[in-house]
Amino acid sequence: MKAHRLAEDLSALPTYGFGTSMTMWWGTLGFCALEGMGFALAIGAYLYLVHVNAQWPLADVPPNHWPGTILTIILLASIWPNLQAERRAREENLPAVRRWLIVMCALGALLVAIRFYEFTQLNVRWDQNAYGSITWIILGLHAAHLLTDLGDTAVLAALMFTRHAKGKRFSDVEDNAFYWYFVVGSWLPLYLLVYWVPRW
Amino acid sequence: MSDALARRDERDLRDTMVDGSELHARLAKTWGTGRGLIAALSTVDHKIVARRYLVTAFVFLFLGGLSAAAMRIQLARPENQFIGPDLYNQLFTMHGTTMMFLFAVPVMEAVGIYLVPLMLGTRNIAFPRLNAFSYWVFLFGGLFLWVAFILNIGPDVGWFAYTPLSGPQYSPGKRTDVWAQMITFTEIAALATAVEFIVTILKQRAPGMTLDRIPLFVWAILVTSFVIVFAMPAVMVASTMLILDRLIGTHFFNPSEGGDSLLWQHLFWFFGHPEVYIIFLPAAGMVSSIVVAFARRPALGYLPLVLSLIAVGFLSFGLWVHHMFTTGLPQLGAAFFTANSMLIAIPNGIQIFCWIATLWGGKPVFRTPLLFVLGFFFIFVLGGLSGIMLASVPIDTQVHDTYFVVAHFHYVLIGGAVFPLLGAVYYWFPKITGRMMSERLGRWNFWLAFIGFNLAFFPMHLLGLQGMPRRVYTYQPEMGWGTLNLLATIGSVILLISFVLFLWNVVSSNRRGEIAGDNPWDAGTLEWATSSPPPPQNFDRIPLVTSREPLWAERGPLPVVGGLAVDMRQVVVGTVTEARPILRESSPEPSIWPLFAAIAVGGTFLGSIFTPWAVVWGSIPVAITLIGWFWPSGSPEDEK
Repeated sequence: MKAHRLAEDLSALPTYGFGTSMTMWWGTLGFCALEGMGFALAIGAYLYLVHVNAQWPLADVPPNHWPGTILTIILLASIWPNLQAERRAREENLPAVRRWLIVMCALGALLVAIRFYEFTQLNVRWDQNAYGSITWIILGLHAAHLLTDLGDTAVLAALMFTRHAKGKRFSDVEDNAFYWYFVVGSWLPLYLLVYWVPRW
Repeated sequence: MSDALARRDERDLRDTMVDGSELHARLAKTWGTGRGLIAALSTVDHKIVARRYLVTAFVFLFLGGLSAAAMRIQLARPENQFIGPDLYNQLFTMHGTTMMFLFAVPVMEAVGIYLVPLMLGTRNIAFPRLNAFSYWVFLFGGLFLWVAFILNIGPDVGWFAYTPLSGPQYSPGKRTDVWAQMITFTEIAALATAVEFIVTILKQRAPGMTLDRIPLFVWAILVTSFVIVFAMPAVMVASTMLILDRLIGTHFFNPSEGGDSLLWQHLFWFFGHPEVYIIFLPAAGMVSSIVVAFARRPALGYLPLVLSLIAVGFLSFGLWVHHMFTTGLPQLGAAFFTANSMLIAIPNGIQIFCWIATLWGGKPVFRTPLLFVLGFFFIFVLGGLSGIMLASVPIDTQVHDTYFVVAHFHYVLIGGAVFPLLGAVYYWFPKITGRMMSERLGRWNFWLAFIGFNLAFFPMHLLGLQGMPRRVYTYQPEMGWGTLNLLATIGSVILLISFVLFLWNVVSSNRRGEIAGDNPWDAGTLEWATSSPPPPQNFDRIPLVTSREPLWAERGPLPVVGGLAVDMRQVVVGTVTEARPILRESSPEPSIWPLFAAIAVGGTFLGSIFTPWAVVWGSIPVAITLIGWFWPSGSPEDEK
């Protein structure tokens, strides 16, 4: 190994931080980008199928939008508790972080339940025609995000009740909150596509 | 160890407190992979994972190569009876799928996994457990495909599996299911690795390595990773839709129920064309490294080279429809994609000119790695020229699905990727193994590969112009294609011999090669600052970068930074543009869970071919293994 001379001492640097200072934040952003690309392609496929079919939707009635609309409202409202969890994590306020993570878990569970109900209100089956197939896959892709985020948040909430709840775990809570914004934001175009394009 | 040191709190021992061999030994213990099977399966050392990736990818290269050789024997003369049509269909599908998904992309990532952390002066890749996971996924995906082939359920619909041929109506049975699930599964590995690269390159560069001091190979890997992030999801969406059409009766590609076969082609080629550049860009990075080292001078045109990489990355997304010129597209669309297909020749041309100018202005040393680069210039430029011909709709319409296209993309892919890769192996082999490869065998290897390749593939241009379609298992004597086909087969045998020679050189040099030393080529980038092979910690202290070629700028002792922990895994994390250090972030220790998670995910994919319920039940072990992976073990790396 090449001989070296010490030019700078980094001993005073902290071992964790928040937001863009951490590698995990960038990793989360990377996964948001590639999953977002998946959503964009699914949207592209939907619009392509709209384009090649003279009639749309390929069903007698469009989906019942109410479960989806309620889900959208709850999703948008969840930004506030999510923001609380994020801010309390930055303050390293453990009791508050625990509280808000539990709130987010409860909201996540409610949203997953509504999502399951949404599938029953689409008025088309996945194997009926291409319209049914693309509607189900789009809703399914986003449902997978709701489910996995619920899983993440539940595990993280449990972790914050153990001896490990210190230091960089607060940064993990912040990254988890960051990912939730992606789950909320990516839903909005999908909501318009699934529920309102067939009514257009 | 002195008493004062022994009394010090061992948990916070810093590298400024110890020195020399003690520092080296302590860091090697902290970053090392333990002994035994469990430790080997748990390793997160990027160098060990990369070596496994490299060996596995080269095994797939030989499997893909042998399937090509079998096809060439079959085509050597008209109406040959060596292989029947069914096996032939499986062979060309296996050849294409293996080469694209199991060799070309993984091998480029493997080289990156080995070199990027070393070139950046860091101790491990970002998210090293994800990296270990991605290797296992790649291995299982490849095994899945080849075991299926051995069981006579190998896919037979071509590597791009066009619908409706690959749909439930025309391909009953499990063959195409294997293909579709293998694709979705192995692309997880590529995507995970891409994210690791992006984060490692943006955040873990050695202090002082500003954006304009990043080695060109690392730039190439960064651009490639962004292309992967935005291209690979397309094939995952497409192959998922295909498997759903086949297994649970969706109609994405079924025109009678509102679906559309061309949707498959759009989604596949939206990935498939960038894929070519996912393979070529890292190779361009290898060429830059080799040219600079052997021209004995810094690259002429660093900025144009970087901008060309980025331009190619962007433009690669605007080419996919040129694979679909014969599908009856609107003229305006075709014109746009023609223009773009020609446009991409410009940044590629700029790169070639920069490399030639660098060699021109230097004092080139013609060792084996540089020979392969010169071979690359010749072959890749020819492939680029036939590419410009194919960008034109009238020519493309004439030669679509003929051997002309086969000739073109082998010139681009073997010339553009495999030749630089072989050069790269000769160049970095000393770093990885500590020994030099034989120069004499290397020259034989190069000339046999160069002659064999051109003999095998140049006649295919002519065969294509004479109308020989691709993917036919035989042809009649009166077509008059026999002589050129025989010539191509002879060429392919010579090419195969060159690879056997390469393998022999690797194996024998690994045992008996001349000892290399740290920097046998006197190159300038950081991977040559450490010993060969590098210790588990890569560097005893993290380099402080002052120049684009730090080892040329600092002929004396290398400036380094200190203050990192010695008894726990820590890396320097910096700002994105300036690489100004901001954190001493911990890096995960080894774990068996990534292997278990890959087994759980692999089992789920395998099961899903037989029942959709496998996805539901498989999610339970997947969730358990992921929790096991993320749950802190109580190690200092987890707690600080």
